Amino acid sequence: MTLKVGDKHEAVVVENIQRTHIVKYAGASGDFNPLHHDDGIAKNLAGYPSVFAHGMLSMGLTGRMLTDWLGAASLQKYGVRFTKQVWPGDTLTAKGEVTDVKQEGGKQLVTVRVVTVNQNGESVVEGEAVAAV
Amino acid sequence: MADEGSLITDEMRTTIGVRSEPSFYEVDKLSVRMFARSVGHVDPIYFDEEEAKKAGYRSLPCPPGYLGTPVYDPRTSDPTFGGRRGGARAPEPSRPLKRILNGGTEIEYFEDICAGDTLEASSYTSDIQERKGGIGDMLITTSKTEYKRKGDGKVVAIMTGTGIRY
Repeated sequence: MTLKVGDKHEAVVVENIQRTHIVKYAGASGDFNPLHHDDGIAKNLAGYPSVFAHGMLSMGLTGRMLTDWLGAASLQKYGVRFTKQVWPGDTLTAKGEVTDVKQEGGKQLVTVRVVTVNQNGESVVEGEAVAAV
Repeated sequence: MADEGSLITDEMRTTIGVRSEPSFYEVDKLSVRMFARSVGHVDPIYFDEEEAKKAGYRSLPCPPGYLGTPVYDPRTSDPTFGGRRGGARAPEPSRPLKRILNGGTEIEYFEDICAGDTLEASSYTSDIQERKGGIGDMLITTSKTEYKRKGDGKVVAIMTGTGIRY
């Protein structure tokens, strides 16, 4: 695969995220913070409208767009900021755009700007990845 | 505005670079499959060891964002988050700050991480900055966690986390 600056890729990484998704992630990560699975605690103790997804779940979902596009073996750096919470019912689309390409050791070192948006077009994750493709 | 002085105390500065006790993270086939399933991967390299080996891995590789699951031990682990509990509490800034934001997470990868690996993680505060923003006083703490593969001691990944208190 040859990539150039400006190349884009996007994928819906979760549709209508449910508490079940969030609980699966809690089990996989070992993070059982009740804000992510107990609506009573999220509402009454913390004042949130409901539970919300772990930030790292959004990072993992966004990562799937990267490996599906650039290949699993290629990732050298992956960094994100969490810009908005993800709530049950949200649909997330992860978008990548190549911002830099360097030749290194017979491979392309590709920098990708990453933005994941919810169904209202609001970004929930923003970041950057570097992959050797 | 009167100068209120720095939020960052001398005691806070002495914590920079001081490494935590190590904690251990295991990567095994079950945990890779659970993580890959939880974020919706469908690539068989994350589920089928034969496919992973065909693709050049020792076993199932870690998907992006996954650096193993904390090895749970009721004697030392935090029951909610699974990682090591307690440890030295970070010193408080000179003025109280109530709220915390996750300012971001970055992972640098140096080696493939696959099922069968145990990672020894140690963390330290690498930087403390302060800023006055629209939300008032902000304290920005950068921490680094180095993940070494047990066995050969190679650093396989470094995670940088930014925490914002305000």
